[in-house]
Amino acid sequence: MKVHEYQAKDIFVEHGLPVPKGKVATSVEEAESIAKEIGGAVMVKAQVHVGGRGKAGGVKYAKDAAQAKEYAAAILGMNIKGLTVQKVLITEAVDIDEEYYVGLLMDRASKRPMFIVSAAGGVDIEEVAATAPEKIHTLVVDPRYGAQAYQVRDLAFRVSSDPAVIKGMTKALLTLYRVYKDSDASLVEINPFVKSKDGAVWAVDAKLNIDDSALYRQKRIAAMRDLAEEDRSEVEAKEAGLSFVKLEGNVGCLVNGAGLAMATMDLVKFFGGQPANFLDIGGSSNPEKVVTAMKIILRDENVKAILFNIFGGITRCDDVAAGLLRAVEIMDVPVPIVVRLTGTNEKKAREMLQGSKLHPAETMDEAVQLALQLAGEGK
Amino acid sequence: MSIFVNKDTKLVVQGITGRDGSFHTQQMMDYGTAVVAGVTPGKGGQLFEDKVPIFNTVREAVAETGANTSVIYVPAAFATDAIMEAVDAGCKTVVCISEGVPVNDMAVTYAYVKEKGARLIGPNCPGILSPGQSKVGILPAQITAEGKVGVVSRSGTLTYEVVDQLTRNGLGQSTCIGIGGDPIVGTDFLDCLTAFESDPDTEAVVLIGEIGGDDEEKAAEYIQKKMSKPVVAFIAGRTAPPGKRMGHAGAIVSGGKGTAESKVAAFEAAGVKVADKPSDLVPLLAESYPPAKAALAR
Repeated sequence: MKVHEYQAKDIFVEHGLPVPKGKVATSVEEAESIAKEIGGAVMVKAQVHVGGRGKAGGVKYAKDAAQAKEYAAAILGMNIKGLTVQKVLITEAVDIDEEYYVGLLMDRASKRPMFIVSAAGGVDIEEVAATAPEKIHTLVVDPRYGAQAYQVRDLAFRVSSDPAVIKGMTKALLTLYRVYKDSDASLVEINPFVKSKDGAVWAVDAKLNIDDSALYRQKRIAAMRDLAEEDRSEVEAKEAGLSFVKLEGNVGCLVNGAGLAMATMDLVKFFGGQPANFLDIGGSSNPEKVVTAMKIILRDENVKAILFNIFGGITRCDDVAAGLLRAVEIMDVPVPIVVRLTGTNEKKAREMLQGSKLHPAETMDEAVQLALQLAGEGK
Repeated sequence: MSIFVNKDTKLVVQGITGRDGSFHTQQMMDYGTAVVAGVTPGKGGQLFEDKVPIFNTVREAVAETGANTSVIYVPAAFATDAIMEAVDAGCKTVVCISEGVPVNDMAVTYAYVKEKGARLIGPNCPGILSPGQSKVGILPAQITAEGKVGVVSRSGTLTYEVVDQLTRNGLGQSTCIGIGGDPIVGTDFLDCLTAFESDPDTEAVVLIGEIGGDDEEKAAEYIQKKMSKPVVAFIAGRTAPPGKRMGHAGAIVSGGKGTAESKVAAFEAAGVKVADKPSDLVPLLAESYPPAKAALAR
């Protein structure tokens, strides 16, 4: 789960990281009054869950409250990569002298948390990694003992020789580790971490991603979820215990198991079509779940056919078939449905589907080709 | 012989009285797995299905029954505790089925398991099955058959799909193992390939990978440098959009890393044939493994 910059900064402040004064606004008037309260120059920053806000014109330097009002009017309601800006963060403008990148994430290769620090701050770290990897320094932490001061100090010395930066960054990195651990993060990032002209260090930006599996014990952070930033169908699917990702094609896919669901999408593409979605229905043949899944898929008007691909391992195919038949009785489905059931009791299941409006298929290849044909596509 | 579980596996089930735990324990017993004990704190002294003694702790279960392997069906919030309990009690192999384990907890647990020298399989996995010997987890036994092909995968039902195709084509398996779909799992492709390479009863390997991480890339490097047995692969997620988690917590392309293209390229560079679709795996295997060719000809 992602949280907004202003929410991440609140968490940073609670842990003692130096964050410039600021507040979030949802209206132009509010933005102006916050800017007045802060006084002097401020930054007006769009709060959306996408990267590249600055390039899209969603981050502006305002010399005073009047200009902050002007920029807030332009940014609120702005569309950035498909998301409408609902909130802006008004924050004290720091007179920047030097910019650094600091981040902490779960490194899959070492299976441990890893700090990433670079003297090239304020730019996309992946770009730095690609173009100037020598500017990136990393530190893998043993999660049993946590980050030690000498370790992060060593890291700070690699990117700076300025005593103020080294001292400030060492402290900030130790604090960042606490933020990471206390909030069950998968990534926490400050880009840029800056030294201001008066020699202080600041977390000018903040990014915090939380491990979805830990949200059950992070109630406060879970409540920060901004549903306006997420796809409505994906939210609804999650609530129903389904895993769903919308795509651009016209063949709706309904599959049990994430790996098989991906393989089914890939097969649609292989045979010349485009999948409309990823959907893992899990191990259940419950008709209500099937109905919810179909409703979500059919909300997308591009969908011209639905493809069920179910491997009955522990779940029996005849149970799944019964569930499907009930589901299509409950709801009226305007597009053809291809059903491929394989595994335990598959023959019985196919017999049950004979004479229904569902189109049975035996293999994955057959099912996908049939679905494409019915959707009016494919080779 | 098979890898990781076999005829000598003596199993303790953690969470034996739960809904999933009791259902799958029965399935494992029906298959012939030596389920010697169960653990549910507070239910010590009872019997599961009038046969299997239940203990309050894994320590007691191991002391009383000599269990050497554990399988975990407890809710995700308690899974890392259960893993550490099993390892601490002396289980050499621990299979964790639970899905949704917090990844930072897993990082600590992984370090602990490694230090103790135990083998953890999972979490968020279907388990492991050595046909004719032992089934530990939730893999459906009826689609498997005894044979010489090793199967290793990050998925559940996609594994079943492939195992089913092998069996239908007359190719049995030495061991089928699902390593799990989380960002941190106890046993990776490399561990499984190393074990399959030294297992005298495995002659060829089918590997099923997916987007996310670099486990497949490491496997490709190992195959090229060290492996003598034929390996064929399939990678799921070629159509997955970047930045989106595809069901499995670990199946995500982030920062341009972990793409299907990168994995396919790594395998091809290592001389491993990669199937465009699951149904191509057996024909592809036939190109480098004569028994598969013979099986297809039948």
